[in-house]
Amino acid sequence: MSAFLKLLARNRLALGGLIVMGIVVLLAILTPVLPLADPDVTNTADRFQPPFSGAGLLGTDHLGRDLLSRLMWGTRLSLAVGFAAALLAATIGAAIGIVAGFYGGRTDNIIMRGVDMLMAFPYILLALAIVAALGPGLMNALIAVAAVNIPFFARNIRGITVGIAHKEFVDAAKLSGMSNARIILTEILPNVIPVIVIAMSTTIGWMILETAGLSFLGLGSQPPQADLGSMLGEARSALISNPHTSVVPGLMILVIVMAINLLGDGVRDALDPRLKSGALNRPLPATLVAKDRKPAPEHAPGILTMSGLETQFHVKDRVYRAVGGVDLAVKPGEALGIIGESGSGKSVTALSVMGLVASPPGLITNGSVRYEGTDLVGAPYETLRSMRGRAVAYIFQDPLATLHPLYKVGDQLIEAIAAHRRIGRDEGRKKAVELLEAVRIPNAKSRVDNYPHEMSGGMRQRVGIAMALANDPEVIIADEPTTALDVTVQAQILSLLDDLRRDRGLAIIFITHDFGVVGQLCDRVAVMYAGRIVEEGPTRAVLDAPQHPYTARLIACVPELGQGKRRLEAIPGLPPVVDKLPEGCAFADRCDRVHADCRRGHIPLDGSGGRKVRCLYPVNLREAAE
Amino acid sequence: MTAALRVTDLSKTFEMKGGLFGKDKPGVRAVHPLTLEIQEGETLGIVGESGCGKSTLARMLVGLLPPSTGTIEIDGAALDNADPAVFGKRIQYVFQDPISSLNPRKTIRQIMEAPLKLLHGMDQKQRAERIAEIFATVSLREEFLERYPHEFSGGQAQRIGIARALAAEARILILDEPVSALDVSVQAQVLNLLADLKARLGLTYLFISHDLAVVEAVSDRIAVLYFGAVVELGRAEDVFRAPRHPYTKLLADSAPVVGRDLTAPEGRETELPDPLNPPPGCAFAARCPRAQARCREEVPGLGEFADGGHMAACFFPLEEGA
Repeated sequence: MSAFLKLLARNRLALGGLIVMGIVVLLAILTPVLPLADPDVTNTADRFQPPFSGAGLLGTDHLGRDLLSRLMWGTRLSLAVGFAAALLAATIGAAIGIVAGFYGGRTDNIIMRGVDMLMAFPYILLALAIVAALGPGLMNALIAVAAVNIPFFARNIRGITVGIAHKEFVDAAKLSGMSNARIILTEILPNVIPVIVIAMSTTIGWMILETAGLSFLGLGSQPPQADLGSMLGEARSALISNPHTSVVPGLMILVIVMAINLLGDGVRDALDPRLKSGALNRPLPATLVAKDRKPAPEHAPGILTMSGLETQFHVKDRVYRAVGGVDLAVKPGEALGIIGESGSGKSVTALSVMGLVASPPGLITNGSVRYEGTDLVGAPYETLRSMRGRAVAYIFQDPLATLHPLYKVGDQLIEAIAAHRRIGRDEGRKKAVELLEAVRIPNAKSRVDNYPHEMSGGMRQRVGIAMALANDPEVIIADEPTTALDVTVQAQILSLLDDLRRDRGLAIIFITHDFGVVGQLCDRVAVMYAGRIVEEGPTRAVLDAPQHPYTARLIACVPELGQGKRRLEAIPGLPPVVDKLPEGCAFADRCDRVHADCRRGHIPLDGSGGRKVRCLYPVNLREAAE
Repeated sequence: MTAALRVTDLSKTFEMKGGLFGKDKPGVRAVHPLTLEIQEGETLGIVGESGCGKSTLARMLVGLLPPSTGTIEIDGAALDNADPAVFGKRIQYVFQDPISSLNPRKTIRQIMEAPLKLLHGMDQKQRAERIAEIFATVSLREEFLERYPHEFSGGQAQRIGIARALAAEARILILDEPVSALDVSVQAQVLNLLADLKARLGLTYLFISHDLAVVEAVSDRIAVLYFGAVVELGRAEDVFRAPRHPYTKLLADSAPVVGRDLTAPEGRETELPDPLNPPPGCAFAARCPRAQARCREEVPGLGEFADGGHMAACFFPLEEGA
């Protein structure tokens, strides 16, 4: 709740709306105890007195009634009716929407077609018809306004409910023995309430206007009772001769509706889960670099080298050290594997190379990334942009998320090329077909006109690889490219990547959590834990005789096919959270070889001949020496 | 030995509505009529790739999806899928995504209490005792009970999911990819916990996964599913060591293994069969190196090859050790 208020207060306009609304509501509540004249007492002798003339602060209306008093009482009534109508519409509309969305099928069809019919009438006509049938009066106007707004809530809530009703926790609730009514009330409702609140906060102003409209037409509040709409209606005939009688209630309506709408937008932004996690602004085109960054010298030869790379996320007061000083280098034609569990910083390392870490909250704080000797950290955005895709290309995990669903795959390939050089329509198409053939897509000529949804997962990932190849990059960074694929398809994709690097001399940085994949594809492997490399070396050497206890035990956790039923090794505990890294070795708490000095000071990544380990008491040393 | 779970000719066809005026089209057959038995205390592994019907099968078994044909028997008594509350006491389900299977707006205590209250009608005090007991069994700390699901890591959340399934006191658990969302170091923790629980409480598992090595490590017997039908069934140590169905062999050869050279085990033109337009014979025939004319006309039954408990739905099964 306090977080919600803080987010709301950050939005200046919403804060303004909140303050204005607060004052109006407070005054409306206090109206009965304020020393005001009776709003309904007529005094025709003093009619149409201007404001500040002695007969009341705001003057009098056509019957000589005190305008200030009528304004206060009218505001009170209008607000109450508006809120009541919104509450009524939200309750009934949400109930209809939840029932339709939860049961689906025929129930949904019948209810929603009924709602559609309601929506087919122009809303003001419908409201007029309802009032005409029920007779004029404030209560009936309230019912009419609520009824007219029910479809808006019903449709909104139904959409949300459909999404929630198919979540696994609803299935789990069924298996816990819950009845449908109980599921709706205790599982679904708490999850849709934020949406209901958002919908209400954005429509309440509208409902106050509609009620005022009906009163203006004489169908709402009946004389002598004042509400803002009827005050306007009564002042209509004196609009030219005595404008103050209509300006006063008109201004009040304007103020209320503006304040509510500003506040409503603020509430929506503050409650929207997508905006909750970070700032309300969109990420910058390149990752920010800290002003006091110290570039690091190149530590090893290679076409792409990272030296002392540190990337952090600054969220509020916390600093997450996602990448804590990584040294890596890859040569042309080489496949380097980065292996680690979720949260180990392997993806952030990869994204830091081309400044693709979302900023804010991402920030490169130290170190260098060199491509053919040029430091890319802190390079101008134009330089980075011209290198993205052309020098270093990425392949991501989920090809369905990286391809645009509304464009043909061929056009997306051409677009990728056109980002770096001018290319004609026919030449582009020819090149797109060539690329699809290069990734061994059968019938490339007809496939080029497919949309992404017309392809299988494996075919889509091939398109993803083709897109990475589009500008003949020297380095490809593949971030878990086969994790979402079936094993038979994974085998095909891996052998394709292997052929590509042999034929084209590509350098590949392959990020994965799967030792089997690394073992088959990569020449060298680096193991990451809590943002640091803990072990590095030729793949076979690392996998056959791991030296860091973490690597050794992680390998033991992975069941291998062909060993039958057995108990698996496990590593107790969890990796440390990277905003609270312990001193010394991050693995110390889970390690069974831990000594007192493991928890002190900085432990370097040591070793020779490309075989390095960050451990004071490494395992398997004898085997490595042989 | 009695069968803890027996399904006979269980199948599922998803109807395709032809629109308001169109004719209804023939449906998509997600699971072909399937007959299986799981013995008490056994773990049956079900392995298959995406779209093979393994999740549809699991959801039918726990009553979340009505089957098109066939029957489900638990401990010899037929079950109808009308009332999940009755179902819930006899068979339970552990979900793939541990976080999304917990309602984000409920505390863990509220989540744990639902099955105790609704399935077993326990009062407040009994519930608190039982929850403490279950949490001790799955090694979770009781202070977790007042927290919300988003505060947990995947491994902890999956333990909570298992605890909830245990609360129903069902003897059979359907485990639908219970570790595929977890990191390997945590995956082993959860698999070992499941093995301990089984030994201690005498549970029966149906373990569904796409990860061959994991299935092999936990199962007594394995059924390989392809295109909605069981193509091979046998003891865990035999199925991948000496596969008889060519599809099982393809799966085993595709799994990445350290030290094996990278070669795509099959050609590049392979496309999976289209569920809307299934092939007339064996569904694997188009990808199969051993396919002959008969395979493209006739559907092989699971009894086509049988050697003890090892069965394969293939007219031309592979030799032992081939």
